[in-house]
Amino acid sequence: MSGPDETGAPAAGGAAQTSPPPAAPGPAQETREEHGGGVRTGRRIRQARELGILLALVLLVAVTALVNPGFLSGQSVRDLLLGATLLTILAVGQSMVLITRSVDLSVGSVMGLSAFAVGMMFVSFPGLPTPVVMAAGVLVGTVCGVVNGVLVAAARVPALVVTLGTLYMFRGIDFWWASGRQINAADMPDGFLGLSRVTLLGMPLPAVVALAVVLAAGWYLRNYRSGRELYAVGSEPAAARLVGIPVDRRVFMPFVANGSLAGLAGVLYASRFGTLDATVGTGLELEVVAAAVVGGVAIFGGSGTVYGAALGALLLSTIDAALPMLQVGSFWQQAVVGLLILVSIGLDRLLALRAARRLRGGGTRGA
Amino acid sequence: MGPEVDTPGTSAPPSAARSAPEPQRGPAPSVLRSLLRTREASVLGALAVSVLAASFMVEGFATGRNAGFLVLDVAAIALIALPMTLVVITGEIDLSVASTLGLTSAVMGQLWVLGLPLETIVPLCVLFGALLGALNGVLVTVAGLPSLAVTIGTMAMYRGLAYAVLGDRAVADFPFTWTGGATSRLPGTDIPWIAVLILVLAALFGLLLHATPIGRSLYAIGNNDEATRFSGISVRWTKLWLFVASGTVAAGAGVFWTLQYGSARADNAYGLELSVVAAVLLGGVSIFGGRGALPGVLAGVLLLGTIRNALMLADVSSDVLDIVTGLLLVVSVVLPTTLARVRERRPRPAPPS
Repeated sequence: MSGPDETGAPAAGGAAQTSPPPAAPGPAQETREEHGGGVRTGRRIRQARELGILLALVLLVAVTALVNPGFLSGQSVRDLLLGATLLTILAVGQSMVLITRSVDLSVGSVMGLSAFAVGMMFVSFPGLPTPVVMAAGVLVGTVCGVVNGVLVAAARVPALVVTLGTLYMFRGIDFWWASGRQINAADMPDGFLGLSRVTLLGMPLPAVVALAVVLAAGWYLRNYRSGRELYAVGSEPAAARLVGIPVDRRVFMPFVANGSLAGLAGVLYASRFGTLDATVGTGLELEVVAAAVVGGVAIFGGSGTVYGAALGALLLSTIDAALPMLQVGSFWQQAVVGLLILVSIGLDRLLALRAARRLRGGGTRGA
Repeated sequence: MGPEVDTPGTSAPPSAARSAPEPQRGPAPSVLRSLLRTREASVLGALAVSVLAASFMVEGFATGRNAGFLVLDVAAIALIALPMTLVVITGEIDLSVASTLGLTSAVMGQLWVLGLPLETIVPLCVLFGALLGALNGVLVTVAGLPSLAVTIGTMAMYRGLAYAVLGDRAVADFPFTWTGGATSRLPGTDIPWIAVLILVLAALFGLLLHATPIGRSLYAIGNNDEATRFSGISVRWTKLWLFVASGTVAAGAGVFWTLQYGSARADNAYGLELSVVAAVLLGGVSIFGGRGALPGVLAGVLLLGTIRNALMLADVSSDVLDIVTGLLLVVSVVLPTTLARVRERRPRPAPPS
């Protein structure tokens, strides 16, 4: 990373400066790469993409810390990590769905439903052990994910339409169940509410959970046959079917995983905030998609990694936390996020064009 | 383009497109039957059933006064749904409409605070909306980015700019002649004048879509935009103008919304984009483009509005409405696909027996 000389650039500009890395390795390496074929070039560009977000993140943190040294204090960092936890977990699940060329808009509603279910279980069955309730919360999410998955994969209906429908349905069920009620911290056991104060190796427990989710999903997508097949399905479903990949099953699975992760996020939300009503997670779906897109996950499938998505989520959360410290009015936050989304998809497009040109020039692959 | 002759107002072209994959169905269905089998017919049927049911079962539904309120309730969604239909038919989507509405509203409030007269503010705001739409259009057509991602980005950006302009303040001191005028009824009736504007715009967009070469080219673009490009239609310009239209109408709806509720706020119409998309999809427009008709979309908007209105009059809490909206949306897409697959499968076991 060619970091220090580029400080002072704003966050969005920082992302735009990813263009140097792919060009940096020079011509000597390039000739070697040409024999390696498109795979390695593609991977290198993707890594550059993630390095770009990391660079933007580092720049943002550095600038903010220079302006306001309190930003890097232990408590502030812990708050930041806690804040990024939910978005990261949701972004990981969403990326798996996006990679197969689907989308799940219902995540905010699923998270809300699961969080409320957790609260209601503590209220209705006070004797239930905490781990059981937490598992049940995740299970609620899984069931929602199965509903989405069945509708998309078995009924073969466009995911955008189905999950827009289930977004309303799950939210409606949540409202109907809550019927105006609010669950407060007093209704939940202290052991459950204290989870976010437990630290492991200096990191808050939920952040450790999020990290584990990212690593597990990343490992699965990179090293397992079925994980690789998700990319195949996303790049070209028809071709994937001809190759013999069980496309419907590969489309179904990410929805279930995403549902479970949204359920997990709901449990963590309940534990962290303690105050639950039927509006938890409203409007979160587009922020989650935004985090994945900023992280380099293509909205039409076939490319991107969960590491990128996690970095995207971390970047969005950091912007949230940093803007007030930079004396930028918090009202600008959404505008900055929007600009960042546009810059990152523009950048992806640029990198894709560059890769296509290089592949054609190298002659390793037919047009 | 298509072999069928176009008559405005009928929904024949989509029905022809739908029955195309199953030509082996024996005798050709009559025109009436094929009309009845269209998606628009089922939405219109559902609308008729729900209006009838609501009139009989819900007290106070079938009054002119209530009809007026219903129209005002769905006005913004109906307006924005018109250009959205065209955008979705070309295979694109515009999720930034609600934020465009909010930003227009915020700008309108700020300009009013600065002391400009409303006669100047309103055209400025509509023009501003056209620019916002043009930005979407340029990003989609010139930069070649997917509209779903672009408009998620501009959705966040426009809403953010709305907050940057107005913060969390509300500007609510618009003159009553304007705010009252926005909801005033046509003389001697209970129908608000906005209904006329919606009908005129619907007629314009409907004619454009169903009776002009441009309209036909929108279906062509939605089905295969590369082939359309090679056939000599400027796909880029067409899409760019559609996004401009979308932004302009959304801004107009923003002006109306602000006057209707007498309050300019940055969070006006938050989340409305999903209601609009839901109404459009419910009206039978395919999310993949190339299929759909404007009458169906209007029926979809009215269907959602009727159910909402009837449930509210019947004192059913609004949360049930979410469930109904979601169910309608899911059933409306799952049912036809499943039926088609069952129908496809049925003849197969026949030959052996």
